[in-house]
Amino acid sequence: MTKLPVLILGARSDIGKALAHNFAALGHPVQLAARKASSLEADKTDMELRHRVSVSLHEFDALATNSHEAFVAELPELPQIAVCAVGLMGEQAENERDVAAAARVMRSNYEGPASILALLANRFEERGSGTIVGISSVAGDRGRATNYVYGSAKAGFTAFLSGLRNRLAKRGVHVVTVVPGFVATQMTKGMDLPAKLTAEPNEVADAIARAVERKKDAIYVRPIWRLIMLIIRNIPERIFKGMSI
Amino acid sequence: MKLAGWGRYPVLEARKLAPRSVEALRQLVVSEPSLIARGNGRAYGDSAINSSATIQMRHLNRMIAFDPASGQLVAEAGVLLGDIIAAFLPRGWFPMVTPGTKFVTLGGAIAADVHGKNHHLDGSFRCCVDWIDVMGPDGETRRCSLEDDAPLFDHTLGGMGLTGIILRAGIRLSKVETAWIRQTTIATPNLKAAMNAFEAAQDATYSVAWIDCLGTGGNLGRSLVMLGEHAIRADLSPRQAQAPFAIKPKRKLSVPIDFPAFALNSFTVRAFNALYYWAGARKTDTQLVDWDSYFYPLDAILGWNRIYGRKGFAQFQCALPLEQSEPGLTALLSEIANTGSGSFLAVLKRFGKQDSAFSFPMEGYTLALDFPVTPKTLALLDRLDQITIAHGGRFYLAKDSRMTSATLRASDTRAAEFQAHRDGQGFTSRFRSAQSERLAL
Repeated sequence: MTKLPVLILGARSDIGKALAHNFAALGHPVQLAARKASSLEADKTDMELRHRVSVSLHEFDALATNSHEAFVAELPELPQIAVCAVGLMGEQAENERDVAAAARVMRSNYEGPASILALLANRFEERGSGTIVGISSVAGDRGRATNYVYGSAKAGFTAFLSGLRNRLAKRGVHVVTVVPGFVATQMTKGMDLPAKLTAEPNEVADAIARAVERKKDAIYVRPIWRLIMLIIRNIPERIFKGMSI
Repeated sequence: MKLAGWGRYPVLEARKLAPRSVEALRQLVVSEPSLIARGNGRAYGDSAINSSATIQMRHLNRMIAFDPASGQLVAEAGVLLGDIIAAFLPRGWFPMVTPGTKFVTLGGAIAADVHGKNHHLDGSFRCCVDWIDVMGPDGETRRCSLEDDAPLFDHTLGGMGLTGIILRAGIRLSKVETAWIRQTTIATPNLKAAMNAFEAAQDATYSVAWIDCLGTGGNLGRSLVMLGEHAIRADLSPRQAQAPFAIKPKRKLSVPIDFPAFALNSFTVRAFNALYYWAGARKTDTQLVDWDSYFYPLDAILGWNRIYGRKGFAQFQCALPLEQSEPGLTALLSEIANTGSGSFLAVLKRFGKQDSAFSFPMEGYTLALDFPVTPKTLALLDRLDQITIAHGGRFYLAKDSRMTSATLRASDTRAAEFQAHRDGQGFTSRFRSAQSERLAL
């Protein structure tokens, strides 16, 4: 049986690329969507050679929400699975001072992803099938001084995904929320991350492929994060506000 | 950050950079005072460490083209041999030459000019390399082959990354009918018998021996010589023949902790070796073995380097010329057995002819062993170096972590020419590793 296509939004990211390889290895044709999509030409060739599936490139800008209707309409085929790996961390210090920078982080992690996934969700709902995967963040589980601008947008995205899942549960469309924890990627390059809590992009991709197959609702890539975030969420605010974590 | 090779000795402080494009790499090559490329970190010692700039090549790992008519694959240097097998074995292609682990990069395989169990027939990795793209100290990329810029080609194969950054290469894969190997095991009671078995098996596609390095007296050099042939479809059971490239996925084991130092001593090694030999001697018929178990038995145990404990281990691998092999091996094995410093992984192999500027193999025999790093074994390794030199042998740089530049020059007269070539091309000041500095290359 020929498998149905998988759309990767934010395909230039490390997690996006690892995911594309993972689904291609399972035999799915892959649609890579990103800004400057033509820069993914070498990756397209690589994926086609390795996995013998067809790979197409699609220009996509998460922030250009006006273009999202047209983007979906122009896809050669409505995907079976759509994964959103779009994200922007920015610099917390800059986000505190610069309203425009903060807005960009908020829009990249919440408005853009929610806009495109909403459109895809409606199409999936009409069809009566499909899986939507949103990559959120532990930063969205509780706002912290070190990254609350990014975290607040991710919190919004997590809530959006949970609501979407609730709405579509009876319509044959499944929604997966992925909370990766720390991942060694371009985004975290130069950050001093604890090795035991830090996943490689292909570990995230494996976990996502499994979650899609097993119809999981929400996953932490490394299970230890579930415990860590449970604790962090439950620290009383009176104590939490004085902490630096 | 701290960096080490697969042997986890030595551990050095190094700055690691991982460029994501050829252009980003070029910027580093022209701006860093000195640097060395690093593949998947499978060289045992300090070959791929430069304290000021170690260039991690993992992001440059794309396959570029494959021609099913010639079997030529073009790929970037960071592609793993395991990736090539995963992509092409199901289509009936296998690397022409493969070392004992599939977790090496294409660039690493070229830099070390690795060898496999078919060296006696086909030679080293070089035999499957059509061309290499190498970025020089000026940031320019040159394509070299036997026809074009042969000196660069010659010195890059086995040159340990010291001739520039290996960017991509065209290599040829071999056609295979199945993913299985027909393995025949010959138990040989001593070294002479093992060597005779190798000489008698010169036509076998693959040959390698596990050798009991703690055997003494009449047992000195007792071995299990393992020969292999690619199985054809007719060799498989009807069920296997339906999917000749399908191998059941195996459970991966991993070594989660560093073994304490006392776990590996001459008693445990002696007991293991005796058991292993007698188990092997009992089943000397021909068996069908899948490619992964045959070529990469240790890859199934992720992190096996941790059994040697936190201090790491040192590999010893030498090649001896044919006429000196028997006395040389006898002297080496006697010295090891007398010291009682055994190694689980002692490997003996017949090498065929080799013609290249600085690659390790030479026609004769190669012996590979590993030892936990202790003052006692380091002293033993120095004595093994001297025995090797006395018998005209030389050492494998991909395994080395501790020899001196005097030892290198006493064992390999080609070192002076290699060094002169580096000087002449302006490579010496730019492409440097902790190993090249130790060896004054």
